[in-house]
Formats: sequence, C-alpha cells, structure tokens
Amino acid sequence: MKLSKNFTNPLAANNPVIVQILGICSALAVTVKLEPALVMGLSVTFVCAFSNLIMSLLRNGIPSRIRIIVQLVVIATLVIVVDQFLRAYMYDVSKQLSVYVGLIITNCIVMGRVEAFALANKPWDSFVDGVANGLGYAFILVLVAFFRELFGSGELFGITILGDWYTPNSLMLFPPMALIIIGCIIWIHRTLNKDLQEK
Amino acid sequence: MGLRNFVDKIKPTFSEGGKLSFLHSTFEGFETFLYVPNTTTAKGAHIRDCNDIKRVMIVVVLALIPAMLMGMYNIGYQSQLQGLAELEGAGVFGLFWYGFLKMLPMIIVSYVTGLAIEFTFAQKRKHEINEGFLVTGLLIPMVMPVSVPLWIVALSTAFAVIIGKEVFGGTGMNVFNPALLARAFAFFAYTPQMSGEKVWYAVDGMSGATALEQLSTTGTMQWSAMDAFIGLIPGSMGETSTAAILIGAAILLFTGVASWRIMLSVFVGGLAFGYLFDAVGMTEFPAYYHLLVGGFAFGAVFMATDPVTSAQTNCGKWIYGFMVGALAVLIRVINPAYPEGMMLSILFMNALAPLIDYFVVERNIARRKKLIKNI
Repeated sequence: MKLSKNFTNPLAANNPVIVQILGICSALAVTVKLEPALVMGLSVTFVCAFSNLIMSLLRNGIPSRIRIIVQLVVIATLVIVVDQFLRAYMYDVSKQLSVYVGLIITNCIVMGRVEAFALANKPWDSFVDGVANGLGYAFILVLVAFFRELFGSGELFGITILGDWYTPNSLMLFPPMALIIIGCIIWIHRTLNKDLQEK
Repeated sequence: MGLRNFVDKIKPTFSEGGKLSFLHSTFEGFETFLYVPNTTTAKGAHIRDCNDIKRVMIVVVLALIPAMLMGMYNIGYQSQLQGLAELEGAGVFGLFWYGFLKMLPMIIVSYVTGLAIEFTFAQKRKHEINEGFLVTGLLIPMVMPVSVPLWIVALSTAFAVIIGKEVFGGTGMNVFNPALLARAFAFFAYTPQMSGEKVWYAVDGMSGATALEQLSTTGTMQWSAMDAFIGLIPGSMGETSTAAILIGAAILLFTGVASWRIMLSVFVGGLAFGYLFDAVGMTEFPAYYHLLVGGFAFGAVFMATDPVTSAQTNCGKWIYGFMVGALAVLIRVINPAYPEGMMLSILFMNALAPLIDYFVVERNIARRKKLIKNI
C-alpha cells in the first residue's frame, strides 16, 4: 500500500515538474522533438533511481557533514555512465541533447530526492521513489515534446503525421512555447486537483 | 420602447433560478450593450463618471476608423499600382470597395473568435462580459498584412485572448497588449506569411518591399515622405497612413481617453534615437522618416497608450513612452532580422511597466520621508 502511493504520487499529485516546478530548464531545452525528450526522461529516471538506491544503502555510513560531496560523487558517476552509454549506442540523440545530459547532475529533482527521501528511507522504497520521480519528469517532457513536435513540424518521432495541408507553427520550436505548454498543463492539473489551488 | 419591454420580459428566464440562468453573463452582456444598466453598486466608495468602460472603448473604435478607412483605400490603391486588371481605371470608391471586401472578413473572423472565447470564459467564471475586446478585435486585423490567411487571424486572436488575457484574469488584468500579442504570435509562428515581400498585396504574384524594408536594406525608399505621411505605401492594413492615425490621436487626446504624456514621449524617444543614429552615421535617411513608415505612429497612438498595460504614474509614463520609441528605433537600426521594432519594443516595455511604476513610487516615498526628516 505504502509502496504504491510512493510510486503514484510523483506521477500526478506531486509531480516534480508541474507541482514542485523543478527541472524546468531542461524541459524547455530538449522538448523540440519526442525522441530526445524520451531519452532525456529515461536518463534522468535511471540516474534518479540508482542515486537514490546507492545513497539509501550508504545512508548509515556517511557522516552528515560530508553527505553532499558523497551525493555529488554518486550522481556524477551515474551521469557519466549515462553519457558514455548514449555516445556509444545512440550517437545522434546524444548530439541533440548535447550538454543537457551532463547537466543532469545539476537537475534539482535528482539531488532533491536524495536529500529528501533516500537519506531517510530503506533502499527499496528509495529506489521506487527515484523511478517514480524520474518517470513523472519524463511524462511531462514527453507530453510537451508531443505537442511541440506535432504542431511545430507536423511529425511524431520523425514520421510525418500532418500532411502537406498543415503549415508548421514555428513558434512551437522556440523555448517560450515550451514554457507556455507547461503553463497550460499546470493550469489543467490545478483545475482537476482543487487542493493545489492557492487561496 | 418595445425592445426594452421585451428585454424586461425575458429577464427572469436568465436570472438565478430561471431556465436559462447558465447564460446569465451573455444576457447581461447584450442588455447592457443595448441599455444603460439600472443597477447600482451596493457598497464601497465609487467615483461617479459618465465615462464607463463601454464608452471609452467606443471612443477608441471611433478613433480607429479614419486609419481603417484609409487602410482599405490603400489596399485597393497598391493593387492598382501593381497593375491588377480588375482595378484598371477604378475610381476612389472602387479602390476603397476592393480593400473593404479584403479587410471585412478578417475583422469578422477576429471579432467572432475573440468574442466567442470571451463569452465562454465569462459564462464559466460567472462574471460580466467586458468590452475590452471591442477594440482588440479591430486592432488585430489592422496590424496584419492584407494577404494573411483567415485561419492565422483566428488562431492568433485565440492565442492572444486565452494566453494573453484570460489566463491573467480577463480584461484589465493582462500584462501584454492582446492585439500586439496576436501579431507577435502570428509573426513568430508563421513568419513567411507575415513578413517578406509577397505579403503586402491582396493578390498572389505581386511583390515589393515595404518602405521600412527598403530603408533598412538600402537606406532610401521609393516613396516621398508625403506618400508615407498620407499612407500610400505598402504595409500592414491599418498602419500605413500617419495622417489618418493623427486624426485618431486627436480624437483620443480631445476626449482624454489616451495619455498625451505617453504619446508625446514615444515620438520624442523615437526622434531622439533617430537623430542619434543619423548623427553617428548608422542611418542615411532623415530621422523623422522613422515616425512615418511602418507601425511607429500606429503603435504610439493606439498600442503604447493602452491604459492597462502601460505605466500608471505620470513620471512612469514619460519613461515608458520614451523607452518604447527609443527601443523601436534601436531594433529597427541595429537588428537586421527585424525591420519593424515597434511591436517588440511595446511588448518589452509592457513587461517592464510595473517595474517602472514601482521605482517611481519608491522614489516618491523616499523623497517624502526625507522631507519629514528635515523638519
């Protein structure tokens, strides 16, 4: 029961992007096309899940005053693993994502979950929490990229969906539109979840 | 007074508890459109003035009409100059009628789209329908090129009303001028349809740069300053005629609807930077050309003076207006990608207007505190 709530909460009611407003920078940068957005989402999920797991395993052995530096070492190692993996097997996507893979290390979601959850919870719970937060992030990225690629270039995953009659909306390819789409998602989300609305 | 009686008769149907009470806002919108409302505010202090928001908006619409009529005539005139066969030998009225038929569908599309969204939101949020869109709906077609497809007009109107206005809480709460936001949306989303050499004529196959584009590429234009002043140059539908815009400006200033401080300081700012660039040799045409070509005059008179999105304090209005004019000329001269800087400069200053007001108020408070200390 507790586990399933751990898992579903970050996906909707406490989504890291649209409720906690974390990870916005990369959400604007990599969502022009679906493919890089999906890869980015999965990379963050991987880093988030395993940094949570490792830090949870180590949590009783680390003196609290040096915990940040230990976290950084763990996260940085995982990010390098992801980066090298993408370069080896998905070179094109890796080029499109450019610096944003490396910048996962500065993604507030990863550090935030380690600090807020993994250091106080058991390994399995932490792992699930990391996966769920990563997927919550990936979900929003894919949703934004879906609209941006569909209306911005008339394609999905590079396959033409809207034919010749469609005039691509080039504003969709600019980062401001990603911000507006995220804003609209937040708007809808808050309309559905009345408890999130500020008085 | 048959209509009054009819309105009174059907009123209970739309009031609370009536069959069609969910259409209350729509009913009220039409009722107050037809008659002065007979309800009064129940509490709170209010300044009494015969000028309600409806009358203010009607005055602006009236002020826009000279520029609109001139724009319609100019559409026909430009097409005739390009040698359109059906306009050969057409008189003034023939040319005007041709432009009228080109512009009317866009005005209708912009009003229908915008009002439909406004009515829906008013209904959903159970508040009254505001009249702000009466002006916006007319401004949007006037700042578009004549060849723009109707669906772009509809889409950018919808974007401006939803993202630019309703998201912030409706009329009076918007940060950016909705009409300019519509143009900015269309400009960035559908650049080929909004700029270039082909869009300024009503028929396919005609092309020619606007005066503004010629000035920015070659430093001269093929028209005289007088042509530009009267409005016989290609450009967006309502913006070409500086003379007609000045008539509108006179109406706005005489009725006190628009702020003369903003209007004057926009022109001063534009001229100042125009002369500056002229003096350092970056432009090769007289500085006052900046005020005659493109959307400078239109933006200064109808867009920058929007009471909602401009600065509110008197001192702030001077700064705001000067910056609008100065930035517009700066973008025109320095940035080769955007020959027209008026849209971007007004939107940019819209965003900064609250900040300007904040500092003006802070400075005033500081000054007064100092006065107290000295006593």
